[in-house]
Amino acid sequence: MTAIKFELNGKPITTDADPEMPLLWYLREQVGLTGTKYGCGIAQCGACTVHLNGVATRSCITPLQAVVSAKVMTIEGLSTAAGKATQAAWQTLDVVQCGYCQSGQIMSAAALLAKNAAPTEADIDAAMHGNLCRCATYHRIRAAIHQAATNLKAGSA
Amino acid sequence: MNTPHNVESGISRRGFLQVITLGSAGFMLGWVPRDGLSAEVSTTSFGHFVRIGSDNAVTVIIKHLDKGQGVTTGLTTIVADELDADWMQMRWEFAPADATRYNNLNWGPVQGTGGSSSIANSWTQLRVAGAGARAMLVSAASKVWQVPVGEITVSKGVLSHADKRHATLGELAIAAATETPPDPPRLKEAREFTFIGKRVPRIDTPEKTTGRAHYTIDLSRPGMLTAVVAHPPRFGAKVAKWDASAAKKIVGVVEIIEIPQGVAVLAKDFWSAKRGRDALNVEWDERAAEHRGSLELWQAYKELAAHAGAPARRDGDVEAAFARAAKVVDAAYEFPYLAHATMEPLNAICELRADACEIWSGAQSPTTDQQVVAMITGLDPSQVIIHTQFAGGSFGRRAAPDSDYIAEAVHIALAIKGRAPVKLQWTREDDMRSGRYRPMAYHVLRAGLDANGKLIAWHHRIVAQSFLKGTPFAAMVKNGVDGTAVEGARNLPYTVENCAVDLQMPDVGVPTLWWRSVGHTFNGFATEAFFDEVARAAGHDPVVWRRELLAGHPRHLGVLDLAIDKAGAAPTGKGQGRGVAVHESFNSFVAEVVDLTVHDDGSFKVDRVVCAVDCGIAVNPDIVRAQMEGGIGMGLGAALREAVTLKDGVVEQTNFNAYQPLRIDEMPRVEVHIMPSTVTPSGVGEPGVPPIAPAIANALLAVTGKPTRRLPFT
Repeated sequence: MTAIKFELNGKPITTDADPEMPLLWYLREQVGLTGTKYGCGIAQCGACTVHLNGVATRSCITPLQAVVSAKVMTIEGLSTAAGKATQAAWQTLDVVQCGYCQSGQIMSAAALLAKNAAPTEADIDAAMHGNLCRCATYHRIRAAIHQAATNLKAGSA
Repeated sequence: MNTPHNVESGISRRGFLQVITLGSAGFMLGWVPRDGLSAEVSTTSFGHFVRIGSDNAVTVIIKHLDKGQGVTTGLTTIVADELDADWMQMRWEFAPADATRYNNLNWGPVQGTGGSSSIANSWTQLRVAGAGARAMLVSAASKVWQVPVGEITVSKGVLSHADKRHATLGELAIAAATETPPDPPRLKEAREFTFIGKRVPRIDTPEKTTGRAHYTIDLSRPGMLTAVVAHPPRFGAKVAKWDASAAKKIVGVVEIIEIPQGVAVLAKDFWSAKRGRDALNVEWDERAAEHRGSLELWQAYKELAAHAGAPARRDGDVEAAFARAAKVVDAAYEFPYLAHATMEPLNAICELRADACEIWSGAQSPTTDQQVVAMITGLDPSQVIIHTQFAGGSFGRRAAPDSDYIAEAVHIALAIKGRAPVKLQWTREDDMRSGRYRPMAYHVLRAGLDANGKLIAWHHRIVAQSFLKGTPFAAMVKNGVDGTAVEGARNLPYTVENCAVDLQMPDVGVPTLWWRSVGHTFNGFATEAFFDEVARAAGHDPVVWRRELLAGHPRHLGVLDLAIDKAGAAPTGKGQGRGVAVHESFNSFVAEVVDLTVHDDGSFKVDRVVCAVDCGIAVNPDIVRAQMEGGIGMGLGAALREAVTLKDGVVEQTNFNAYQPLRIDEMPRVEVHIMPSTVTPSGVGEPGVPPIAPAIANALLAVTGKPTRRLPFT
């Protein structure tokens, strides 16, 4: 079996884990990065969202073999300007309730803001539609994305 | 108590129980000093709820589960205020399971979280705890400084005398431990509050925005096995026989065992356990199983509704009033089973030894859990140690009277004789098919009006399963009436001389349970949607008529008027309309005004919700707002699309592709207004839910002229 190599939160990873294993369970149970959550296993809830080469990706249906040579970023390694701004806005507005889905929400929002500095309501709907929040914190998620965008713009000006 | 001591090391204490990384071997729980502090920090207990460390950290023991409603912040705030602490020095940890110290004062000798009661029942208890500790610290300062108690002030965690002497709470904690608190201590006047009523940031936000917050699913124990269980397809079925030959071949699978709930595959990790479970071949004995589908149940419920149930309210002479009524309005409403569908699929960790059983879970009802685990293991309830974790949602699901998934974890641990700690992890499909749904219900309502359009009779018949009958909570069923099934119906606030409410409780094999706002979920809808139907039939404006008939209910009226005032002019565009509902639940009063747009194809979009809430003193107004926003969103999602249906006894929805909670694109703008109040706080976790669906129905009725009598809407 060929070892799988990829980059995780900026560090090189080499593993001989089952290539069919979803990235989610590799991250959680082999590496111990538990910030990425299991919610549905079929890419319907977004709790498992990570960045794969900067793109928001559902790790629960992404087999390990699909990340060969890729850059994977999880909530624990979120260090981009958009990521930091997203977390800061989430904190300022106290978005979280139970918090379980919020790693995934933040990863989706950070990926959106990285490529779209001023998302419209429709942009937010499209980018965040795949992330369920059973506590329905959507009202604040939307506000926090707008605030993060504003802060990013101010920071880069 | 007068001897400073280290925090107990035998019992898990939040903040000390952390995941520590062990290289490539994975991770485990370990005892580590919190936040880089030395392990030698001494802490002094001030009663059961407050500890002050020599490092100046003030820790509040949280006897309730935080499942998102924010009680870790709210309860900590109450203590911090009476203590005159600095917010930055406040810490918290979940209480152990100990009903002698940490019971819910509304429930008697039972520790648990529910009925939106956390702040309400803790309010005085924690104020006394904080004020008592403060008095002890002041007394100690007075002795150390040789100055009168009355000359000492406390502010932002610092005790001072005449701007000359200062000491932190932590510096005086040991000396204060020998002081006797006054009984009762002086509590603050409302005008003296420093944190209560103001926005304090949520204390759990930092860890929940960085992936550091740990839920049960994130925990591990040395040598732990993960269990995934094959459950029967129908409720009430049992294992007949099973073949594990294929499952045993899966790498990582360690053991396969039969338990009362099904067949459990234990493996080194979840992924292996799930693959093993999926490879099992199980035959089920379905002789005692529920085979009816939703259609058959509706048929049975409708037949039952033709017969009087157990009376829950009987004012005046309803039959005579209907006989003389000039007009009678009838309507029947259908409500489906609803799944809690917590984002964290249910789980529990069980470590079984000869003399103890330790459980890690998002424990909503620790006393029940202790009793259930004791019954299964033969241990004494005091030997059941529960380590409460953050819950990835609950909405009532984690307070099943039979502690179903915790019992399942314990049965697995018992079956392997405690050889390894066991983490039971349900898949989403297990979770969705596990039952304990909000009961489906059939409601028949009838109103009588006299010739002047006055409401003279109201009859409300409810057909819904009782989930308390035959459980340790059966005391809540009186004279054939499960109080949770009629709450919000039997206390209809509208003035009507002749009023009857009765309940039929059918026996169905589908287990049901409380679901955020419980009976109010359907009773709030039935009463408020029917009210508009009756109002329109009688030629009344629904809001004006509400005001008339709410005489004597100032808090209902208060929120109704506040919401309508803040909502301003109703929208008048094509297809646009407004609906209003007001409902009391768990001693809090909420009115919601919905503006929506109906499209040409009959679909609709909720554009805006204006909410007014009277929950007494709002300990943390921002969290009150958040709970209203979330309650509205969850209630809206349920009303729009959520339903668990059965075909031949098999649940048809197994994941979020078929069971569809609200998503962001359908979340309306929500504005929350809080009624100023000096009344003792009541809850906010649930009361935001009931008014949203009837307010939508009332708006649809206003726009289309058609009532909504079946949920979900679409």
